[in-house]
Amino acid sequence: MKGMWSEKKIKHLFDRALGLSSADQTEMVLFSRDLSLTRFANNYIHQNIHENNAVLSVRVVCGKRVGIAHTNSLDDEKVEKTIERASVLAKASAENPDFLSLPRPQPIKEIKCFAESTARQTPEKRAKDVTLICKKAKENGLTASGAFSTTVSQIAVANSLGLFACNVGSMAEMSTVVMSHTSSGYAEGLSTDVSEIDIEALSDEAINKALTSKDPVSLPKGAYTVVLEEYAASDILSFLGMLGFGAQSVQEGRSFMCGSFGEEIFNKHITIWDDGLSRYTIPMPFDFEGVPKRRVDFIKDGVARTVCYDSFTAGKEGKHSTGHSLPPGEVMGPLPMNLFFSSGTTSLEEMITSIDRGILVSRFHYTRPVHPTTVTITGMTRDGTFLIERGEIAFPVKNLRFTQSYLEALQQVAMIGKDTRLVRCSASFCRVPPLKIDSFNFVGSTEF
Amino acid sequence: MKEIAHRALNTAKIKGATYAEVRSVRASTQLITVKNGNVEVLSEKESEGFGVRVIADNAWGFASTSRFFPDEADMASALAVQIAKASALSKGKGIEVESRPALTAHYKTSLIIDPLSISADEKIALLLKTSYEMQKKKEITVARGTIMTQKEEKLFANTEGTLIEQEIVKTGCGIGVTAVSGGDVQRRSYPSSMGHQGTEGWEFVLKQNLVEHGARIAEEAVALLSAKPCPSAVKTIILDGSQLALQLHESCGHAIELDRVLGSEAAYAGTSFLTLEKQGQFRYGSEIVNIDADATYPGGLGTFGYDDEGVAACNIPIVKDGIFVGYLTSRETAPLLGASSNGTMRASSWNRIPLIRMTNVNLRPGNIGFDELIESTDDGLYMETNKSWSIDDRRINFQFGTEIAWEVKQGKLGKMLKNPTYTGMTPQFWSSCDAICNNDHYSMWGISNCAKGQPMQVIGVGHGTAPARFRGVQVGVMN
Repeated sequence: MKGMWSEKKIKHLFDRALGLSSADQTEMVLFSRDLSLTRFANNYIHQNIHENNAVLSVRVVCGKRVGIAHTNSLDDEKVEKTIERASVLAKASAENPDFLSLPRPQPIKEIKCFAESTARQTPEKRAKDVTLICKKAKENGLTASGAFSTTVSQIAVANSLGLFACNVGSMAEMSTVVMSHTSSGYAEGLSTDVSEIDIEALSDEAINKALTSKDPVSLPKGAYTVVLEEYAASDILSFLGMLGFGAQSVQEGRSFMCGSFGEEIFNKHITIWDDGLSRYTIPMPFDFEGVPKRRVDFIKDGVARTVCYDSFTAGKEGKHSTGHSLPPGEVMGPLPMNLFFSSGTTSLEEMITSIDRGILVSRFHYTRPVHPTTVTITGMTRDGTFLIERGEIAFPVKNLRFTQSYLEALQQVAMIGKDTRLVRCSASFCRVPPLKIDSFNFVGSTEF
Repeated sequence: MKEIAHRALNTAKIKGATYAEVRSVRASTQLITVKNGNVEVLSEKESEGFGVRVIADNAWGFASTSRFFPDEADMASALAVQIAKASALSKGKGIEVESRPALTAHYKTSLIIDPLSISADEKIALLLKTSYEMQKKKEITVARGTIMTQKEEKLFANTEGTLIEQEIVKTGCGIGVTAVSGGDVQRRSYPSSMGHQGTEGWEFVLKQNLVEHGARIAEEAVALLSAKPCPSAVKTIILDGSQLALQLHESCGHAIELDRVLGSEAAYAGTSFLTLEKQGQFRYGSEIVNIDADATYPGGLGTFGYDDEGVAACNIPIVKDGIFVGYLTSRETAPLLGASSNGTMRASSWNRIPLIRMTNVNLRPGNIGFDELIESTDDGLYMETNKSWSIDDRRINFQFGTEIAWEVKQGKLGKMLKNPTYTGMTPQFWSSCDAICNNDHYSMWGISNCAKGQPMQVIGVGHGTAPARFRGVQVGVMN
């Protein structure tokens, strides 16, 4: 497969490299990526790229001193220099008393992460699919923009304690924003298998939203009952993950989970977990230390249970890594990458019908933490926001700014959707249902 | 690198490209982070490769590789042309770029002390000393300091005969503390909350006086725990230089990227309210607001010799006496305005295409000292160091939060306030600006994490600012 290394070649690279290191412990991480992305705007392809890169990260441990060096030149001489450099850095570093050890080998579950169809996708095929979206947009008097990408990536980890793990994965991703002069609509599809991306359905979804949200009117600020479609609901899950479900945030005292373990903090119908082994996400069998992924139940039936760990944070508490390490050199600590929110029993239509006056939100834009401990987030609505009156969509409204504690929002979940959708949230993947929330605080609006 | 570049250009032409450019980069980056008196990360990264961008059949294509071999040059060029021809299946009116004369040039960042000559030991020692100062208060749970150095060797060549070699060095540092007590968490950072970088040498770090400020931010973080929250009201606000840098970045810098105005980012971060008919006549801010984009400013994080299309760095007027006058442009977009590119195409790395990016977007200093600015404010808030930021997808409605604020009452700084936030609409906000500090208080801030594009590109940009005052702003936006 183009750009990917055979397991034999990787083992040869690692065995040679580990043999060159005289450190107490040594770790090698090889991350290769072959990415093709076709981008379009104004109903035509305006950017179209291909990238292939492989980065070797070497982590060297001397006592409790750690040095890290990375290179994307993988010839023998450069690899040797990189190991040497990591050793020099380790010796120059100061001791970190909290560092215990690199992880020991554990069995890795084999899971299906790769689809041949994604790897075989061509620029011509992507262009044809994009042309379809643009054509449909034009037929409706609209303008389409978006990005369609196919990626094959390979992660291999080995260390001097005998650990070896290697995996090839694929991902296809299509997102589109379709616009009129006064409206826009969004759709997104994500899968390991490009043949599961339904281009027609996505373009219809975005076009329908753009057509039905034309000529929005202003709505006063205030607290409203909301229905958050999956793209918006995923933002809640993503921020909970980023701000509070990693062990480092707890150990630093800034997570909302601090002091809440064992307590019911959300609606009892809410369970939130991370599972990198599930086929309902973009799966990954192990983390960047080669530790197998485990399912971690952060919230079970509304009760705060636990957080995720890498080997460093686990070592500080006498626990085991849950397989959530980020790449070597990252300082954010362990984070969940494959989040799930439990589904309920209600359809989107039933949620809308149940509301006397409220707002249907398709998506959020540029959301950022205002106060991390309460997960208070500010952001805008985008790509289709509608007033609901007496159980029906009344009319589209201009985009609103919200400032809302996501913790308080989850405490006011009145209905949970029965169907879920996989959504990309920055670096993580979230599978979420739509949510009806009794009160959500909008603090202003914009001109469109 | 030159031989590979020429090979790639020749292959691109043979395969059918009507225009081609090659950009190779070798980057070495060192990062040191100390947390709570321990070295958290000590790493070095080498990244090298080259990308080929072509026009074939009036459409763009791009391919890159990390391997500097002739057959890789052939592969990348051929693939770039194949991709361009695929793009042509849906090419709109077709791509045209302005023609430019061939140019041979060199550029190198001017340094006083080469940061690569400073040992890791010395950098670690500085951060450990700073960490010690920051950890003196028991409420401090996290005390973190970072030093970054990077050297980039770049080569650009195109089928017009241009050949440019540049060596750009960046140095950066930053410290931050988290204080926790009584269920509250507060943070203070210095020089800014997102790290602070410049195209300078080790002198950049030395002048930040990290040790001295480490003690101060720890005191302030602890004091914030017991401070009153920012009230919800309409107020006069004074923004410090670092917060103003981000205000400028979000509400002006991105809005003036001409590719964004024309819709190229609609699928991701959105478009811009500064539509084409506004150039030359739209009131962006009050008459004292003057903004430029200057890629020549010594030491700016967005400073270089030539952009990634081979266009020389220059100074671009953006807002003059409050009126919007200029965009950031490229060889493809500038002709739509009847103009020539003003050299703002930048790629984050060898494996990315150049996009129109900010360089150093600056609010020109005014004529008032900082003390005088405070003394002339009867009732307001002085807000310092960014904590949160958000803006809509046309750059109009925004909300920002800072780490700390102080009341200003009858011309004096007063009580400390926590969790300060403010919100507004871009043109109304900038039109309410009635005072800007003078050159004595002007600093060039380096924001290292500006993101744009798909796939995402993170790049460093600069913003020159001095503290400024704005009237009638809604503050205290918390539910």
